[in-house]
Amino acid sequence: MIATQLLYGLLGVALFALGVRGTLADGPFLRRVVAWNVAGAGLFLIFVAGAYGGAAGADPVPHALVLTGIVVAVSATALALALARRLKEAARDE
Amino acid sequence: MTLATSLPLLIVLSSLIPGLVIFFLPETAHRLRTSLNMLGAVTKLALVAVLVWGVSQGHTYETAWQLAPGLHLVLHADALSVLFVVLSSLLWLVTTVYAIGYLEGSPHRSRFFGFFSLCVTATVGLALAGNLVTFIIFYEALTLATYPLVAHRGTPEAIRGARIYLAYTLGGGALLLLGAIWLQHLAGPVNFVYGGVLDALPPELHPQLRWIFLLLMVGLGVKAAIVPLHGWLPRAMVAPAPVSALLHAVAVVKAGAFGIVRVVYDVYGVEFTARLGLLTALGVMAAITIVYGSVMALYQDNLKKRLAYSTVSQVSYIALGTALFGPLGTIGGVVHLVHQGIMKITLFFAAGNYAETLGVHRVREMNGIGRRMPGTTVAFSVAALGMIGIPPVAGFVSKWYLGLGAVNAGMAVWVVPVLVASSVLNAAYFLPILYRAWFRDATAPWPAEHIPARRLETTGALLWPPVITASLALLTGLFASAPFSPLNWATLIASREYGL
Amino acid sequence: MSDLLVWVVALPLLGAIATVAWPRQGRALGVATALATLGAALGVLAQVMDGTSVHHELGGWSPGLGIGLAADGMAAAFLAMTAVVALAVSIHATAYFAPGSRREGFWPLWLLLWAALNALYLSADLFNLYVTLELLGMAAVALAALGGGRAALEAAMRYLVVGLVGSLGFLGGVAILYLTYGSLHLGTLAAALEANTATWGALVLMTTGVLAKAALFPLHFWLPPAHANAPAPVSAALSALVVKAAAYLVMRLWLDLFGPAVTPAAGMVLGTLGAGAVLWGSWQALRAARLKLLAAYSTVAQLGYLFMFMPLLMVQAPGPARNAALGGLVAMALSHGFAKGALFLAAGAVQQHAGHDRIRDLGGTARALPATTFTIALAGVALIGLPPSGAFLGKWQLMAGAIDAGQWFWIPVVLAGSLLAAAYVFRLLGHAFGPGERANAPFAITIEAPALVLALLATAALGLGAAPLWPLVGGLGAPS
Repeated sequence: MIATQLLYGLLGVALFALGVRGTLADGPFLRRVVAWNVAGAGLFLIFVAGAYGGAAGADPVPHALVLTGIVVAVSATALALALARRLKEAARDE
Repeated sequence: MTLATSLPLLIVLSSLIPGLVIFFLPETAHRLRTSLNMLGAVTKLALVAVLVWGVSQGHTYETAWQLAPGLHLVLHADALSVLFVVLSSLLWLVTTVYAIGYLEGSPHRSRFFGFFSLCVTATVGLALAGNLVTFIIFYEALTLATYPLVAHRGTPEAIRGARIYLAYTLGGGALLLLGAIWLQHLAGPVNFVYGGVLDALPPELHPQLRWIFLLLMVGLGVKAAIVPLHGWLPRAMVAPAPVSALLHAVAVVKAGAFGIVRVVYDVYGVEFTARLGLLTALGVMAAITIVYGSVMALYQDNLKKRLAYSTVSQVSYIALGTALFGPLGTIGGVVHLVHQGIMKITLFFAAGNYAETLGVHRVREMNGIGRRMPGTTVAFSVAALGMIGIPPVAGFVSKWYLGLGAVNAGMAVWVVPVLVASSVLNAAYFLPILYRAWFRDATAPWPAEHIPARRLETTGALLWPPVITASLALLTGLFASAPFSPLNWATLIASREYGL
Repeated sequence: MSDLLVWVVALPLLGAIATVAWPRQGRALGVATALATLGAALGVLAQVMDGTSVHHELGGWSPGLGIGLAADGMAAAFLAMTAVVALAVSIHATAYFAPGSRREGFWPLWLLLWAALNALYLSADLFNLYVTLELLGMAAVALAALGGGRAALEAAMRYLVVGLVGSLGFLGGVAILYLTYGSLHLGTLAAALEANTATWGALVLMTTGVLAKAALFPLHFWLPPAHANAPAPVSAALSALVVKAAAYLVMRLWLDLFGPAVTPAAGMVLGTLGAGAVLWGSWQALRAARLKLLAAYSTVAQLGYLFMFMPLLMVQAPGPARNAALGGLVAMALSHGFAKGALFLAAGAVQQHAGHDRIRDLGGTARALPATTFTIALAGVALIGLPPSGAFLGKWQLMAGAIDAGQWFWIPVVLAGSLLAAAYVFRLLGHAFGPGERANAPFAITIEAPALVLALLATAALGLGAAPLWPLVGGLGAPS
């Protein structure tokens, strides 16, 4: 179903664009981290949509990539949150 | 490695290694530092003696090492490099003795002698450079090694002088580098060869070659203090006397002048340079510098500043000789490379002695100084008379050949008047000094008598160097035609350059 | 023998885990790991010295499915430079971090960073490159935050955001390439690549993403605060290695992968940004009030030179002139790696000794720390590009290449950049040699010696012994 593929693909592109915009925009750090995750989710969606093969079965490689990507994104988010907390403590100490 | 491939490298290393060791010696290791300095200087002189003998026998010595594709570090001994190597290693030995005496008890001596050795390493390296790349490498190294020497005293004036020096020389170095890269693009790797290598290039490249020549001359002219690139030299005279002596006589200004000789004779080829119409331009710049330096020297009361402007003037004799097409002009220019060095180093040693012994820095404080310091003042007088061009001191020989060269090149109309005017001006700024020193009575006590007169007028390490160099100036003039004399060697160089 | 490729990555990774398990032995484990990894890296260099390249497929999976590692001359050169700088940083760090301070945090992060660097140099497929980029970025951010002060944390945060956005861009490009060509393997992709819209989109996304991490002007804004506020060994690693790895990746992508898609005009864009970096970075370094800020801005400038080679490489046909430029590029990169590592380690010594790094108040440093001052001067020679140094040979090739390619306009930039560098180096040295009384508290040799060795490598060793670099990297990116 090419329509399904296109729908998810475009959705992914939209999420990516929104997320990047949110990450680059001024705003609370937490908001930017969440926005970055949204953008990442958009990319993963593009990958998975591209792997959609209809009756022929899906291409497994992008799924493996997305799984790895999710792990990377979780770690990066953890690091960002830890930093944010450390900064808050440092600001309170001063 | 045989002697033929290692000798030039050894000559460079003989001052580099002691220099690097000296950096890490504690201030108090006076004896060890002195021994290392002297060991390096004597070793170098011995190695150079082997080199001179070998080159005169027709042996070739070359050390080559690849740096990158098309870039080689080549140390090569030909007649011209031998002349400059002998001059610098001989005067280095004398200056080392002088500097040890001069800096007795002053701070940061390890640093000073470390850079002092690096400075001579760079000078010898560029004397032995066998191609333009190698020349540039040592030319830049010379800038780096001399900057801390000029700034050595650490006073605001010294730091300012050093900064101006650096700005001029690094700027010039950048242009020289650009010229060299451009030239390599047109002609491939540029080796120094008798008669030059660019003659064979097609005529449509000639305009580019003229621009490159301009870049190279500006780059070299900064160190050679050709007007209007001379501004750093009078300011750099805040350096300690041994540094000024080395800067003015051997290392920096000489490196620039030597580079001009190299580029004209061994890169472009003197005939090709003349054909491009560049030789006359160079001669005019040199003549302007000669007259300008002499006029400025007239107005200086500070002795070292007067000597500095005198250097501006005298070094351009070398460029002038280069610009006079024909073997006689070449001889005059090349031989002056040596003669000016010996005479100018004597003058700076003497000026340093006056300052160190009696606190005398100004010409008007010099009344009657000949009686208090006869040895130094005799040396000073011999060198000053040589600078004016009075026979039989060495300077006369230079001026004689320059005059002959001008006649020979058909440029007598304006070169001879320049030589005469310059000599008159030389007399006008040197003779009053001699008059004060010998014939006026001391009217006031010496500004600051640091070293009292005992058996000698000052310490031996300060007195002997100017006496030795003054004697050399006299001997090279008297025995100008003896074998291995500077004149004799310059004649050999000229005969090879013109393929005679 | 291609196992060595695995060890180069695995050793620092194992070391990182070991230092987590036994934090008290962090110093010993760290230095032991550094020595072993240096050995492995030099082993790889020896294998490719004859101009060949080595490959290894982890677990025997076929290329495209498993994790592939590959080393050619350029990769091995960067690997070896990284290992040498990393060893120096490790030795310096053993003495720099006082016992009980943040030392425990340093070693695992630092070794992880090194593993990520090596993996980045060796990765043979795009997705692994993405993972190494992320690993590298995270380890670098955590290290930059190690100082703990508010300035350091804020800088680290900014660094993190730039890094995250950069990786997103890179991953976006990877997605486009995979969906278009159905492969992530660099070799397979390079052979299949055509110049079309999708390729162009991927090129722009990936290049922009990596350039942000490489801090190429005008995306450099995050670098100076992050590098200047980190502890000295960290600054050295970040400035000498991490941004250089990102620059390396751009070279790889442009020369190896996107060969058919990139045009001279695209190279001109990179070159112009590089020229901007040289001028702006050098100017800011000249105005910097603090030594570490000076060093950080100097990194911005020096990275610019690397990108100025790109417009030349885009137009030069394969042959001696192009090879000369390629070798010059690598000589320049290695020389800066050594010199900047030396400068930051020396800055650390100055800062620890004086208690600050304000350039105006550094009088007396030359007397109190002669070896460190000598190190700064030598590193300065390499940063200015004076002979003998790798940077001199690099700048010579850059200017020669510019004349050869008829792109004269780069030459004034190179000369002006060099003179500005001379101005900021000698401004620093002028203050260091100035008057000022300082307590003579000599350092352990482990503080001063590593920096001096790095400075000597940048100048004497690379300046006189760099000739083998040219045959080593000569074949890179030549159209097959």
